[in-house]
Formats: sequence, structure tokens, C-alpha cells
Amino acid sequence: MTDQLTAVPVEAMDRVLLDRIRADFPILQRTVRDGKPLVYLDSGATSQRPVPVIDAEQEYVTGHNAAVHRGAHQLAEEATDFYESARERIAAFVGVGRADELVFTKNATEAINLIAYSLSNATYSDEPDAARFRLGPGDEVVITEMEHHANLVPWQELCRRTGATLRWLGVTDDFRLDLSDIRDVITPRTKVVAFTHQSNVLGTINPVDVLVDAARQVGALTVLDACQSVPHHPVDLVALGVDFAAFSGHKMLGPSGVGALYGRYELLEAMPPFLTGGSMIERVFMGHSTYAAPPARFEAGVPMTSQAVGLGAAVDYLGLVGMTVVADHEAALTGYALQELSAISGIRIIGPSDLVDRGGAVSFLVDGVHAHDVGQILDDAGVQVRVGHHCAWPLHRRFGVAATVRASFALYNTLDEVDALVAAVRDSQRFFGVG
Amino acid sequence: MEKLYQEIILDHYRTPHHQGLRAPFDAEVHHTNPTCGDEVTLRVRLTPGEVDQEVDHHGDDHGDDLLISDVSYEAMGCSISQASTSVLTDLAIGRPLNDVLATVDEFTAMVTSRGKVSGDEDVLGDGIAFAGVAKYPARVKCALLGWMAFKDAAAQTAAQHDPVRKERTG
Repeated sequence: MTDQLTAVPVEAMDRVLLDRIRADFPILQRTVRDGKPLVYLDSGATSQRPVPVIDAEQEYVTGHNAAVHRGAHQLAEEATDFYESARERIAAFVGVGRADELVFTKNATEAINLIAYSLSNATYSDEPDAARFRLGPGDEVVITEMEHHANLVPWQELCRRTGATLRWLGVTDDFRLDLSDIRDVITPRTKVVAFTHQSNVLGTINPVDVLVDAARQVGALTVLDACQSVPHHPVDLVALGVDFAAFSGHKMLGPSGVGALYGRYELLEAMPPFLTGGSMIERVFMGHSTYAAPPARFEAGVPMTSQAVGLGAAVDYLGLVGMTVVADHEAALTGYALQELSAISGIRIIGPSDLVDRGGAVSFLVDGVHAHDVGQILDDAGVQVRVGHHCAWPLHRRFGVAATVRASFALYNTLDEVDALVAAVRDSQRFFGVG
Repeated sequence: MEKLYQEIILDHYRTPHHQGLRAPFDAEVHHTNPTCGDEVTLRVRLTPGEVDQEVDHHGDDHGDDLLISDVSYEAMGCSISQASTSVLTDLAIGRPLNDVLATVDEFTAMVTSRGKVSGDEDVLGDGIAFAGVAKYPARVKCALLGWMAFKDAAAQTAAQHDPVRKERTG
């Protein structure tokens, strides 16, 4: 397995640039567990925030805060401009030219639930527009075995509500999506194909084109979970041709409490709302209401504003560094981590062993030591990783493991930090008397 | 780290006591730790104890004359959860139910105290080794997995043995 990976194929970021970037993230200067330098390798769960993101939120809150899309006073105008400008920049960051195709949500989980609930609301709607979204017995929703619970449970629930059937594509022994039975799984009965762009556990990047083609041939909608791709690679959602995509602010240097749903306008325009109430309406009478055009239709209530502004600053920051630079740097870190971890006896990587169609989540097992115990030893060395099933329990079951250790990278990580990880993994083997 | 992973814990982890599922049993429960996927299946067998009725002044409490004759389990998890379940079986088997439930409460108080409750070694036996867990909130659930499963199984079993409750629940 290791001979495929003879050398690190891409170069890590220039150290001067990397140090400048690291200086923008105040938290990276702190120590943990009695003075150990922080080695933060859990960006797949949540990323750290640079000063410009923190400043943008502060500037908005201290100078321009008001309820957006309400009121005619100057602050309300400024707040609305901040909010809408963030929408435009975030949309452009993911290749979406029309800002009204981007809906702010509280996170990616809410974005996926928004689609699932809109589809079941369509099932009970008598609006002619809603007909194309209706689901019922005989219809099928297709997901994959490598989904995060956020792109799994909402579809289970949609099927339960509507009587549709949930089906899925499996994962091969070499940690790739199993496309061998795609023609049997994606059929004219399929109404939705929802899949992750990049597995949060395996790091596997899925062939979006193959899945989009298969879905289009049968007229099914596609939903892309882009949480683990958008922060780490250049992503053009329009070019990918998906109907919907969800991503999360806090995984891409932005604040928590804000995420986004991309949807092709033509679809958003025909979809019934999910949450209802203020600001999503067109006209309201005592007995019924009509609804605003997207994206407002899907943004009921006063939205998160400083968070959206912060996310706008986050995409500016990523754009300034350049997503190709980010992707290359993370590939170098991933390649180095795979190489060094594979060299330790008793370590099993749960994910592709090379960098082909693979991102920077490196999950592994230490033979004879439970992931929690590995994580504890790593934590004692200041190395912060995720342990457990990473909200992908069925995927872990697929490989017969209860829990893995996951190191995940972001643009601010260094090769030295990979060395710290590897040294701490060796310590865990020594501590528990294995390897 | 040695404070958390005391030698007693590592010994129980490497050589767990009373492991495996045995019959007969009165109740079986399955508990999981949803944050990490650790699982335990645990069985409890209670028998009416040989407590001398003349010195038993708590006649109205049916738990008092029940003895835990067996606790058996199959578990998948980290060293802390495996070792703490093993320690629990040592403390529980052959002892009166009510005494053991008091021990469970003492253990729970200690590991959830963030270091404020040191725990009584006379009550907790090897369980005292888990005092260090209290400083790691993320590991408290690990230490309690088997103990909470036991408490659940014991409650179900005691209900079967309790003639009053039996009548109530039909």
C-alpha cells in the first residue's frame, strides 16, 4: 500500500507565506495541556478564524448593526448592504454568479433539511409548481454509504414522511464510491441523488460528473454536500452541474451559525418554503399567504447577520491566499501524513493511500489501542484530533470499526505539525505497549 | 497521563474480569455512547439473598434482600470504558443490590465532579483509580458506560423481583 506513495508530489506553501498566514490566526499562538504548543488538526470539524474575519464581525456589530431587510433608516440600509454584499461574495467564491441562488442557513445541516422539508411540503402542496417535487411510495432517494449523518438522517426522515424508499451506493474496500451497480441504484424511480463531494472520514473525493450524469438521465435532483470540499479546493458549483449544494461557514474560516444552500434559481423559485414567518412573505392575509421570491422565501425571521458578514470576510481571505495554493498546500500535508503514518507498523489508514481524488482528512487506526485512547495521548502532546465515528457511523460499521482517529488539515497547518502528530502516535503505541 | 491511565486501569483493560455473556440472567440491556460508538451489552442476575430477616430492619425495601449473583457483559470500547466495566463486575458480583447501587452513586459523583469529589476507596475499591477521569469531561461517559448499563439492568431486574411493582405493572 505504501509503495504507491514514494514521494510527496506537491510542495507545501512557502514558509514565509505560511508564517504570515499563521500570524493571522491568534488561537494558533496559544498553548494547551501545561504549556504544549497547540497543534490543531481538527479543521474538518471546525476551522479556526483569522483576524480579518473577527474584525469584520466586530466592525459590523460596532458600526452598522440593525435588522436586515426591514426599516428604512440608515443603519438598516447599511446592515442590509453588508449582508447582501456577503451573499454576493460567498456565491462568487463557489462559482455562482447569481447571488439570489444562495440562501443563508444556520449551517449545512439546516441547508440539507431545508431541501428535504421543502420536498415533503411539496408532497402536501396543491400548488402546480410543487408537483415536480412530490415524493411518494414507489419513488426513491439515493445516498451513499459514506455520508455524514447530516446528509443521511434528513433523507431517512423524508422517506419516512412520504413513503419513498431510501437506497444507497456502497463503498469499495479501497475506500472509493462503489459505482459498479449505479445503473441498478439510480433508476427512473430515483427522485433525488444526495452525496458528499468529499468524505469527512476517508478524504475520498467523489466523481460528481458521473453521479450528476446518472441523475440527469433519470430526471433526478442532485444534492451535493460540499462542506469538506469548499474550504479546501477551488469549487465551482455551477460547473459541477449540481441542482443543490450545502456548505458550512465554520469549516471555512468563518463563524459558526451560518451556512449556505446553493440551488438553481429555477428550482428554488418553484419550491415551497421550509420555515415560514416574517420576511419570507409576499402578501399575508388572515387565512393564507403568498411567498417572496428566493432567496428571501427561505430566510424566515431576522437572519444571522454578523456571521454572514464574517463568512464574507472568510471567503475574501481564502480568495486572497488563492484556493489553488490552499489545495496544493493541504495535498502536501496529506501526502506527508499518509507517508509517515503508513511507515509506522500497526497503523491502518481508513481512506485512500494515495492523493488521487483525495482531500486532507486522514483517518486511521492504531492496532491494539482504541481511538479514544490514542486521542488522549495526542491531546496530552497538544495535538488536537477528532476521535470517534465523526458523524459517519454506517461508514465505520462498513469497515468493521467503532471509532477512528482523524487528523484533518487546513491552510494554516505545517509539515512540523504532521511530525508532531506522528511522534504522538508512536508515543501512544509505547504507552499502551503495542507496536 | 499516568494520572488518568493508572496501572489498575490498564490491568483491567488488558485482562478484563467476568467478561462474556452468561445465562441465566434476569435482564439484558444494550447501551451505547453515541459520541464515539462504544457499546456494551450487559446482563444482570439477581437472587433473593440470605440476609438474616431478623437483623434486616428495612423490610419494606425489597432491594435489600436481593443479591447480585452475576453481571456478565460484552463490550467494545476504549480502555477507560472496558476497565471501568470490569471493575464494576468485581464490585457487584456477590453483593447486595442496594450496597452496589450506593457504590454506583459514589462512583458517578466522583467521575462527574471535575475533581471536586475524591471518592472513598473503601467504597469504590479499584474504582478509585478512575478519579483522574473527572478532569477529562470528554471521558466521563466512557467511565460510566458500563455502570449506567448496570444501573438500568438492575432496575429492570429489581422490578421483576418486586412483588408490589410486579402487581402494579401486571
